[in-house]
Amino acid sequence: MLYFENIRKEYPGGSVVLDDINLTIEKGELVSIVGHSGAGKTTLIKMILAEERPTAGRISFHSSQIQKLKGKDLVNFRRKIGIVFQDYRLLLNRTVFENIAFAMEAAGKTDEEIEKDVPHVLELVDLGNKIFHFPTQLSGGEKQRVAIARALVNRPEIIIADEPTGNLDPVNTYDIIQILKKINDLGTTVILTTHNKGIIDHLKKRVITMEDGKILKDEKLGKYTV
Amino acid sequence: MSSTIIYIKRIFKSGSLNFFRNKTVSISSVAILTTTLIIIGIFFFFRGIFDYTLGEIESKVDIKVYFKLDAEDTQINIIKEKLMSLPEVKSVNLVTEEQVLADFKEKHKNDAVILAALEEVASNPFGSMLTVVAQDTKSYESIAISLKAGSEFLGESYSVIDDVNYFQLKSTIDKLNNIISWVNTIGYWITLVFIVMSSLIIFNTIRLSIFIFKDEITVMKLVGASNMYIRGPFLVESTIYALLSSFLAMLLFFPITFYISKKTALFLDGLSIYRYYLDNFFSLFFLLLLISFALSFISSLFAIRRYLTA
Repeated sequence: MLYFENIRKEYPGGSVVLDDINLTIEKGELVSIVGHSGAGKTTLIKMILAEERPTAGRISFHSSQIQKLKGKDLVNFRRKIGIVFQDYRLLLNRTVFENIAFAMEAAGKTDEEIEKDVPHVLELVDLGNKIFHFPTQLSGGEKQRVAIARALVNRPEIIIADEPTGNLDPVNTYDIIQILKKINDLGTTVILTTHNKGIIDHLKKRVITMEDGKILKDEKLGKYTV
Repeated sequence: MSSTIIYIKRIFKSGSLNFFRNKTVSISSVAILTTTLIIIGIFFFFRGIFDYTLGEIESKVDIKVYFKLDAEDTQINIIKEKLMSLPEVKSVNLVTEEQVLADFKEKHKNDAVILAALEEVASNPFGSMLTVVAQDTKSYESIAISLKAGSEFLGESYSVIDDVNYFQLKSTIDKLNNIISWVNTIGYWITLVFIVMSSLIIFNTIRLSIFIFKDEITVMKLVGASNMYIRGPFLVESTIYALLSSFLAMLLFFPITFYISKKTALFLDGLSIYRYYLDNFFSLFFLLLLISFALSFISSLFAIRRYLTA
């Protein structure tokens, strides 16, 4: 469903951050992308979200070329992807309910759908009792679960989790990974970037190892070997 | 409910919530906007004082048409009617010979020599007089030309006119015209400078209030919100800033103008700033509302565009 063909990204000044990236991610996969800082993981993620455009090559979602999407097409495409960041990036002046509802409102869902789905998705991430809290009243693990609920609520085809456990303690890390695993078991494609060896070894799923902007290894049942 | 109505309702709700939840940003933005509007308002009052003062000076200028002693009332009335038909003329007032004499006596009541000389003459040495007020001071010259000897405008009627005082007043009227034109030119430049300064202050205020949310704007884009859905609440918020600051500025002008009126009653003879404020309440309010709304709305559009296209 997601295809990278000969992707190269070069910034003005000649710094090459991605080079010769050829990759296919199929529906229902859980793919971990690992590598040191500066290996190109985040740039790769930004390209999927069309936040960055490749200098050369082609990146496609089903049959549409992501780098060519603009305006309404780009907005519609982004609604098919759920994104979870390391620093949560919740809307600070909105409650947990409103943060999740925002993604649904933006997608044009009705008030009835929002009233029904938001509590449901919050139950899935075990935050049903914090529905009217503001992000500042939540712990790191709780904030990340709200971010996952927000990413999940529009039933996206892909969930991208960019270092989702980078700011969490081991217990919360384990919880978040279990939630992502559960989402994947239900059929959603999950792309995960991480530095955490324990997570990768525990998942026993596909691992793509990156180094200096290139794919070093792509293993179906990989281990953390950076 | 149609999807467009739901969409608009959500934008309004979101903008209002943002306004109330981001208290610090909202309070500081409204405070800066109110201060700017007060400065604009003060300028409005200055213009009012200028216009009033110039109007007062202008109203004191008139052309006097003196008639010969043997001029008949009908002949005087013909000239009066003719003058009133001129578009440059605002008003024409007849002062009868008796009134001229009474005014003269009143003016020189403390001057025994003049009064004695008047007694010697026995009869009234003054003829009747017309005072002509023009629509504006620039029109006096053309009125005076119409009153010149041999003018087509007066024709035969000129024979009863003894004198027209315009030519003695010409230099004063010219000076006054220069002052009016100078004050107007300076006024326009000051207005321009004020508008540019106010625009910059308001633009920066709104830009800063949006800058704080630049990361949130990125997140909104990534969760699939359209540009209009992101922009809308910020526009609603800036509209609330404009409304509230206009109300506040108008409210603050109550005590400000009241106080200034008391302090300036002596040297602004006849003009009460407070009265002027009350008389022009709605025009000032709409002016402030229009300026604050236009500036904050346009500033929001520009400030947010940067983050939406990034």
